[in-house]
Order: sequence, then C-alpha cells, then structure tokens
Amino acid sequence: MNFEAVVEVKLREGVADPEGATILAAMKALGFEGFSAVSSGKSFRLLLEAADAAEAAARAGEVAHRLLANPVLEESSVTVMQQGDKR
Amino acid sequence: MTLRAGVVVFPGSNCEHDVVSALGSLGAEARLVWHKEGDLSGLDLVVLPGGFAHGDYLRPGAIARFSPVVGELAAFVGRGGAVLGICNGFQVLTEAGLLPGALQKNIGLRFVCRDVELRVESTSNILTSALEEGERVRIPVNHFEGCYTADADDLRRLEGEGRVVLRYLDNPNGSANDIAGISDATGRIVGLMPHPERAMSKLVGGGDGRRLLSSLLGALAAA
Repeated sequence: MNFEAVVEVKLREGVADPEGATILAAMKALGFEGFSAVSSGKSFRLLLEAADAAEAAARAGEVAHRLLANPVLEESSVTVMQQGDKR
Repeated sequence: MTLRAGVVVFPGSNCEHDVVSALGSLGAEARLVWHKEGDLSGLDLVVLPGGFAHGDYLRPGAIARFSPVVGELAAFVGRGGAVLGICNGFQVLTEAGLLPGALQKNIGLRFVCRDVELRVESTSNILTSALEEGERVRIPVNHFEGCYTADADDLRRLEGEGRVVLRYLDNPNGSANDIAGISDATGRIVGLMPHPERAMSKLVGGGDGRRLLSSLLGALAAA
C-alpha cells in the first residue's frame, strides 16, 4: 500500500528560535495584534510503500530520527495517511 | 619530517584552497581530499574547511556527515590522526557526533562577517598548545549558523574538562558561554567557527591565524 508520511520537525522546548522571534517582530510591525509567540519548524512529505500504517510510521520515524531532525536541537513527529492507488 | 594534511572537498566547500595554501606556507604538504575518498592513510591531519557542504541542505553538515570520508574520521583519530573543522567543518563535526552540541542560526538572524577577538581558554588540544591560556587572538568569522548550542550537561562537561578552546570576547552570534571553538575529550579533534586560514599575514587580515595553524603543525610534529 502507498502511504504519505508527514514529518514535522520543531525546535525543542527551551532552544532559542531566532526565526520565530523575527517573524513575530515582523507581524507586530505589520500591525497584526494579539499574537504572543511564533515557533518555526520544517515539514517533510515522504511517499512510501509499506504493508500497513504502523510500518510506514516506523520507517518514516527512523528517517526523521537519523536525518531530518538534529536531536540536540529538534524533535520530530510523524503523521501517516494512506494514499489512493491512482498514480 | 614533513607533515601531511588532507583538506576535504565536499560539493559546496569553498575555503579548501585557502587552507591548502595556509598549511603549505607553513611547510606542511597539504592536498585536497574528495569527500568520497575513504582512505586517509599517510595523513597526519584532516581539515574540514568552510563553505556550504552539499548546499547546507536540511541543516549545515546534515548530509555531509554521511560522506565516506567523515565515516573514517573516528578511526583516523584512533590511529593518532588529528582533525580540525573550520566553520562549516565544525558544523559537520557536530552533526557527525564527533563533537557535542550543534550550531544554530545566529541570534537575531544576523549574518556576521568581521574580525572577532577571541580568548584562548585551553591549550590542551592540537590547535592552541603553543599559545598561552588567557591570550587574545583576532581572527575573522563569516557565518550565518554559528550559534553554539548544547544541553546543560554537555556544557558542564566541556567547561569542566577544559575543552572550550576559544571564547568570543564580544559574542557575535549568541553562542552558549561565548563558545567559539571546542575539542573532543582527546584534544585531537577541534572545531571552531573563526577562520584562521584567513589571518595568515599582517598585510591581509592579521597574522593570528598563522600563529594558530603554526601551533597546530608544531603539536603534530612533536607527537
């Protein structure tokens, strides 16, 4: 079966986020009100074949752990969806 | 004995010729080493130079860490070799787990390109053994992701074991504890953000980089 795994990588709690802080400052400069924080991160969309959703999540999780996130700074989460077989 | 140095070229490295020229001017025999080479025999020193290895895609050093030459470095150091990572090379060493911590985007998202004053914090490593603790040197930095970050345990260990090699006097990038360079536990792997190869002459950029690299070659010759 074909799956789409979305890996979200975000900075760990307590790690400085200059990108988020700069975006928040720009939002304030543009007049957007009521926003108190911005966290930056990355999102990766992986397409893979796997026997089931659990296997797809495990394999995408390994990619996230070994490559997509740096464990010193970042943490990752994986969401898996089954794809139609149209391709 | 002539010291032999290999300067690694990743796709996107851009300081490798400066390092070869700098080491050559100090009497070492320096050659370029393509990142797919896995044979480091015959070398005393491997330098990972500055630049944008593999385009810095994903994170600086994140892809370079899987290059064959990087996989050989731990064994190379185990055989008595020395490794110096400069700027992007420092980022590669942290991504590869050969040095602790990580280099993050500079505080304020500011690219910094200027001379910085550094204090020599420790001399028990391959780079600074010929300098004095507390001595100041002036070396250029040129980076966007040089904010040294490590968890509290790693920072305590680095400080307690004398592995902070160089510290900024006026922190340009938000680095924890003003750290500009560190070593591994053996002192044979050093990573630093400043570029000593760009301070090789009093006429251009100052001569303090020459003092650091002379110290490095002296330490290796004495070993």
